[in-house]
Amino acid sequence: MTAIAVIAPRPKSRFLLDRPELVGPLFIAPAILYVFVLVALPFFLAIYYSISAFTIFDPSYRFVGLKNFIDVIDSDIFRRTLINTFVFTIGAQIIGLLLGKFAAMLLMQEFPGRGLARALVVLPWAVPVSLATLAWLWMFDSLYSVINWTLVAIGLMDPAHRWQWLGQQDLAMIAVTVVHAWRLFPFGVVIFIAGFTSVPKDVLDAATVDGAGFWRRNYQIILPIIAPIIMIAVIFGTVFTFTDLSVVYLLTKGGPINGTHVLGSLAFQVGILSGDVAHGAAICLFLFPFLLVAVIFLLRALRRREI
Amino acid sequence: MAAVAVNEIRKKFGDVVAINGISLEARDGEFMVLLGPSGCGKTTLLRIIAGLEKPTSGQILIDGQVVNDMPPRGRGIAMVFQSYGLYPHLTVWNNIAFPLRTQGTARAEIKRKVEWAAGLLGIDHLAQRRPRELSGGERQRVALARALVRDPTVFLLDEPLSNLDAKLRASARSELKQFQRTVRTATIYVTHDQVEAMGMGDRIAVLDHGTLRQVGSPTEIYEHPADEFVASFLGTPPMNLIEREGGSMGFRPENFLPKELLNGTAVVEFPFRVDRVEYLGSEHILYGALDGRAAKREVTAKLPAHATLNGISPGAWHAFAVRETELRYFDRDGRNTQRPVTRRYPP
Repeated sequence: MTAIAVIAPRPKSRFLLDRPELVGPLFIAPAILYVFVLVALPFFLAIYYSISAFTIFDPSYRFVGLKNFIDVIDSDIFRRTLINTFVFTIGAQIIGLLLGKFAAMLLMQEFPGRGLARALVVLPWAVPVSLATLAWLWMFDSLYSVINWTLVAIGLMDPAHRWQWLGQQDLAMIAVTVVHAWRLFPFGVVIFIAGFTSVPKDVLDAATVDGAGFWRRNYQIILPIIAPIIMIAVIFGTVFTFTDLSVVYLLTKGGPINGTHVLGSLAFQVGILSGDVAHGAAICLFLFPFLLVAVIFLLRALRRREI
Repeated sequence: MAAVAVNEIRKKFGDVVAINGISLEARDGEFMVLLGPSGCGKTTLLRIIAGLEKPTSGQILIDGQVVNDMPPRGRGIAMVFQSYGLYPHLTVWNNIAFPLRTQGTARAEIKRKVEWAAGLLGIDHLAQRRPRELSGGERQRVALARALVRDPTVFLLDEPLSNLDAKLRASARSELKQFQRTVRTATIYVTHDQVEAMGMGDRIAVLDHGTLRQVGSPTEIYEHPADEFVASFLGTPPMNLIEREGGSMGFRPENFLPKELLNGTAVVEFPFRVDRVEYLGSEHILYGALDGRAAKREVTAKLPAHATLNGISPGAWHAFAVRETELRYFDRDGRNTQRPVTRRYPP
């Protein structure tokens, strides 16, 4: 005898979760809300502040047109800051990614303790920036600098004329750039390792059989193949650095004599610490055109990712 | 003269023995196929010849010269990889020119050779395309052209047809064979596909678990397998193996026929119980068991589709037979006892 199971009719509401037109908007809503509240709203608020005379002492939304922007451009500190921002961004990219590439090549090799070495390399990323910068602060200290001590010890520096890393504008600029490059370094390593492992083994073997040596293999085969990945890393790192103020703020507070400010730190100092919200917002908005260009490049690179 | 010879090659990866003392040679202009199941060491052997792996012990000779310590580029080899290994960022033209550029060949000479190779393989019109814009068959030709421009002593091909679909594979197979006849360069071809091996090889080397089981022409390998492994690796369905005193006895399914079809010759008769019949268009495959004989696998018979299956029905016993000349005998270790067998080449 055969038994036929009778399926009890279920209430219709049980299938509500199977309907994408209902569930879809529900699931995407938090993300849209997040972008709107934390990105779009502050952005429009910044535009609004930048064309007003808003300060924390006089919170009036008096419209002043482009006056704030003209004031900012006229300021020597701002012009210096703009140059600093580019030096800081480009310098940190070059140092961080270049060292990242070499470290990645080393970490691709088999050697005892490779796992530990890989973990250590990622450490600068995992350490909170404030904590790490404190360590760097000591390394650049005018009296206890271990960098100066080393340079003196190997005879490259006159003990009577030690460098004041954070006390001279150029040296301070190098210092903040190096610290930021150190923060970017793990990112560079990870990106390059990912790139290297994505190159098909057959292609590398073919290059070897075809007679390509180390340099040719690296610069004519591997690098062009992973170029789209590197491009994304460069653009991502650029955006990340361009908007960053933590290293500058923690290491030099923009000093000496406002010599190491970047756009982010200057905007923070003017807009928040000094309370001149309108001018702070105007400074901030100078980030926008550069970031826009970077994002356009990023999206194009993403689309071109497939060689 | 031998284009390539390997002598007592051994290769261990850690504790795993990938190749356990293989000696083999491919003569000038010969199409040699390395055939075996996956993991048998055939690709490793090819990579050792190419110089991409170092043997644990043993000697590799190319063109009469020991090349153990020579890098791949010095060995006079060209290799085509399973997924072709084309450079994705270079055009077809530059892909083919790459090995010449690394050798510092003069520009005019590069142009001449690339055009010659592209012409020979019929890919001149694709010169400015990139690999991702090519079909599987076109990619394979580019890989061949890139191998060809180096004027190698030997071509090493690592399953170059496995990425093509079944239909294309058949035509690529005959083109490849034709191509090899034209350039007359010794070729070592790795595959796990017995149809490719039988159809293309001048000689086939059958490998299993890092050892060489048999070397010989396709006919030798198929008709006179050196051991039970070779007997059951080749042929679809493989050779029937039934137990006998002191070993086993084998016969091919296509030689196992209803007795009435084998009139007038010396035959050995086996009562055969057919369990099921498969119709494959060109043939029938009959699966079943023998009366009073233990078989290592289900016994099969292969009948041409036009042969009538008169009276043969599942579940019933029938008189089947094999010609005595088609019977093969193996000893307890599975070795063919009938003929002196080349287990290694050179003997």
